[in-house]
Amino acid sequence: MKCKRCGEPAVINMRQHKLGLCGDHFTEWLISYTERAIEKYSMFERGDRLLLAVSGGKDSLALWDILLRLGYDVEALYIDLGIGDEQYSEQSKAKVERFAAGKEGAAYSVVNVKGTYGKSVLELAQEKRGRKVCSLCGLVKRHIMNRTAYEGGFTAVATGHNLDDEAAVLFQNALRWQTGYLARQAPVLPSTHPHLARKVKPFFRLYERETAAYAVVRGIDYIYDECPHSVGATTIFYKELLNQLEERSRGAKQQFYLSFLQARDKHGLFQQELAQLELGECEKCGQPTTAPTLCAFCRLWEVE
Amino acid sequence: MKLVYREREWELRGGLTARAAIKKIGLDPEAVLVVRNGQLVTDDTLLHEEDEVKLIAVISGGVGGGGHSQGRLEP
Repeated sequence: MKCKRCGEPAVINMRQHKLGLCGDHFTEWLISYTERAIEKYSMFERGDRLLLAVSGGKDSLALWDILLRLGYDVEALYIDLGIGDEQYSEQSKAKVERFAAGKEGAAYSVVNVKGTYGKSVLELAQEKRGRKVCSLCGLVKRHIMNRTAYEGGFTAVATGHNLDDEAAVLFQNALRWQTGYLARQAPVLPSTHPHLARKVKPFFRLYERETAAYAVVRGIDYIYDECPHSVGATTIFYKELLNQLEERSRGAKQQFYLSFLQARDKHGLFQQELAQLELGECEKCGQPTTAPTLCAFCRLWEVE
Repeated sequence: MKLVYREREWELRGGLTARAAIKKIGLDPEAVLVVRNGQLVTDDTLLHEEDEVKLIAVISGGVGGGGHSQGRLEP
């Protein structure tokens, strides 16, 4: 296959766009496509301070690379969860350090969960029998991201979630008809409380294979192995199912997710679910919560 | 040709497209990228006997663990 722009050998064939591109034109296209998503969905503007959650994986490092290239004021946050006998976390942190060392203007901070709160996520999971590591991990990460953004005065928290991530979550929520979640799953989650940071996902229109290809073409050294706790995860199974659908029907994933957004935002699907519960503030940390006293994060650390 | 995916290796005869090779070893072409002799290529590329091909998995998991709020009201 040849590049549609220059006729050189293509490195990627984006079937849903009927577009094959060489390395240079693909890089150019992906950066521009990301920038258009940022602008079209009013995610943030030049001059805004952005906090980017980075994991050492392809998506977050590719997004960091692009935001820096586009000249946005971005600072990264790596959350050291102490996963995989700490080896996985160490390896992924090393990828973040390596990326930052080779990139002008790539500033980042690290929050070590064990160092800050006394236990790693794994130790917490062992203590809280019956709670899945992935669920605890998500809760801890979201809390730390929001808190860091609020305390640091950042305009928004950006994450590297791509269309495959979003489609898998949509599939999961639709299987269970979790209408509250379906009403609020979006590329931009607005701040609905003074202590709640806006969340944005600039890669939400990109397939996972495109962000991976960008990382490969740009020579970004990312953590290739899965998180040891995500092996066999339901989300991965849903992604595989959606990929089978994509294989049979070009553009199926894109249509599934983007049509959902359109049905909801233009035609009012699930609007009745948006009657907001009041968000209060956690008595201990001050973070927004629907609970009357302590937020879900602070309750984790309570001795049972 | 030598085909590598994660820690596994296969020896296949040349003359196949990358897409056919991926399917032959039971993988989904949508879920991998093809690097032939160090270069990213599209899956319609014809692979030769002497090629070294690395398949890169593109699926990453644990969206819940990745801080995906899934529309929760709290952070």
